[in-house]
Amino acid sequence: MKALVWHGKEDIRCDRVSDPAIEHPRDAIIKVTSCAICGSDLHLFHNLVPAMLPGDIMGHETMGEVVEVGSAAKGKLKKGDRVVIPFTIQCGECEQCRRGNFSLCRQSNRKGELGDKVFGHRTGGLFGYTHLTGGYPGGQAEYLRVPFSDTTHIKVPDGIEDEKLLFLSDIFPTGWQAAVQCDIQPGDTVAVWGCGPVGQMAIRSAILLGAEQVVAIDHLPERLSMAAAAGAITINFEEESVVERLNELTGGEGPHKCIDAVGSESHVSLGQPDTLLDRAKQMLMAENDRPHVLREAIYVCRPAGVISIIGVYLGLSDKVPMGQAMNKGLTFRMAQAHVPRWTGDLLRRIEQGEIDPSFVITHKADLADGPAMYAKFRDKADGCIKVMLQP
Amino acid sequence: MPLTNLTGIARSEGDPRIQSKGPSSLTDADRLARALGWFSIGLGVVELVAPGRIARGLGLEHKEGLIRAFGARELASAVPTLSVDKSAGLAARIGGDVLDLLTLSTALHPGNPKRGNAAVATALVLGVTLLDLVAYAGVTAAHRRGPDAGGRNYSDRSGLPKGIQESRGLARKDFKTPPDYRAEGTVAAALPAPPSS
Repeated sequence: MKALVWHGKEDIRCDRVSDPAIEHPRDAIIKVTSCAICGSDLHLFHNLVPAMLPGDIMGHETMGEVVEVGSAAKGKLKKGDRVVIPFTIQCGECEQCRRGNFSLCRQSNRKGELGDKVFGHRTGGLFGYTHLTGGYPGGQAEYLRVPFSDTTHIKVPDGIEDEKLLFLSDIFPTGWQAAVQCDIQPGDTVAVWGCGPVGQMAIRSAILLGAEQVVAIDHLPERLSMAAAAGAITINFEEESVVERLNELTGGEGPHKCIDAVGSESHVSLGQPDTLLDRAKQMLMAENDRPHVLREAIYVCRPAGVISIIGVYLGLSDKVPMGQAMNKGLTFRMAQAHVPRWTGDLLRRIEQGEIDPSFVITHKADLADGPAMYAKFRDKADGCIKVMLQP
Repeated sequence: MPLTNLTGIARSEGDPRIQSKGPSSLTDADRLARALGWFSIGLGVVELVAPGRIARGLGLEHKEGLIRAFGARELASAVPTLSVDKSAGLAARIGGDVLDLLTLSTALHPGNPKRGNAAVATALVLGVTLLDLVAYAGVTAAHRRGPDAGGRNYSDRSGLPKGIQESRGLARKDFKTPPDYRAEGTVAAALPAPPSS
């Protein structure tokens, strides 16, 4: 089959690989009908995520049709079922899964000892990501083996196109969780840093959850135009001061809730000198992340406010102002999204026409064109915000 | 044995294995930049470790300190050249090439017995400068956003079919923040209600 394979920094290739095979009775194989490139795939593309190996298959936003089911999954899945695959792999039985913390599943990370050593305690298995999270082959391919498939799937109905359903795999529930982590109340101002795909979903989720003002922060005009389309007030940080404008919009009090939908790779520019230092340290492997957004959010957030971190951080972040955070009594909430916790509700909202996640797709391409689309997405060329691939 | 085969030992039996490789997302300019980055490291190490031999070979005695500084400069420009911000590294390399050529020009006078070596070195640096320029032009062309990227307007993509006003707060009708995600609340709300008189 064809698959997008990681060969090293900035080196993704559409290779021919052997087909996946059922390994465990709970496995299933799906024939991929659609997949997408995620912003966090770019961290892998840039080789900022430890424990990637040449030959790893990329991709964690995938949907398709079940073509083979292991004996233990037969009660829950059958050939022909149409499914979206969450990027998190979950057993559904462990203490974390029972609590709804599916991205922290205790059983699904097949290389859990690595996770224990690096994170202190293992986190759940993820598709197409580092070997710290199991090193599972990803779904930017023609076929995907789904471990724990009886619990790692979202059945979706026929009659709704892939474009509307695919993002249940990651960015829609991820953006939703970013907003839920804020516990949004009527009257709240919610500031969202980063108008990439997850930021766009977080903006719409904040609107649906009743935020009075949603403020979107980025520097790319096309992304800001998409944020404004959902009613967000926009701030272009290359044209005005984020802190001053947020204070102006909130009577000098700061936003109640701040969502960091940027994470590790803040935009580097002379106007944000801390990002230059972070970038230099990152190149020298003296720091993993560029946490400019986190610094700014902590500084501008209203005392007793909430910082919701959904952008992916990778390791060590320097100069995070914990003194400001502690003295202002901020609440921090963060996690890789616990996808299945939200997807039943979100599928219903798609079916009822409350939201149509396909708005975010700006580019569609054949899987074979994936390597070029990675470069286009990274370079933000041609107005690219979200790439959908079809095998 | 290709690295992708070696890493197979970290995979389980049912994981797909590479049968044939496709074209890479790396452009020729990216590969040239990478090669120049590694060249920078090699040259930088030599200049740092053996500045005396280089100085004597070029007839630039008493400039060992300068050559060592150039070695440090080579290493400093190699880091961004090997990173995803190659254009910055290549620009630094081109600036460094100019400094190298200026320094070598001082060794090309007729009184320098090592003038021939200096001429060869100058030709080599000119060749590398040309490669740096080609790589810089290629990398910036390959990774630019494009003239119309910022002009794209997605203001018709709300994603909220019912409209913004009707959508605002729509989910509050049937969604309650789970207890483990609650952040709001006041002391007043938590106090028992006062007894009714």
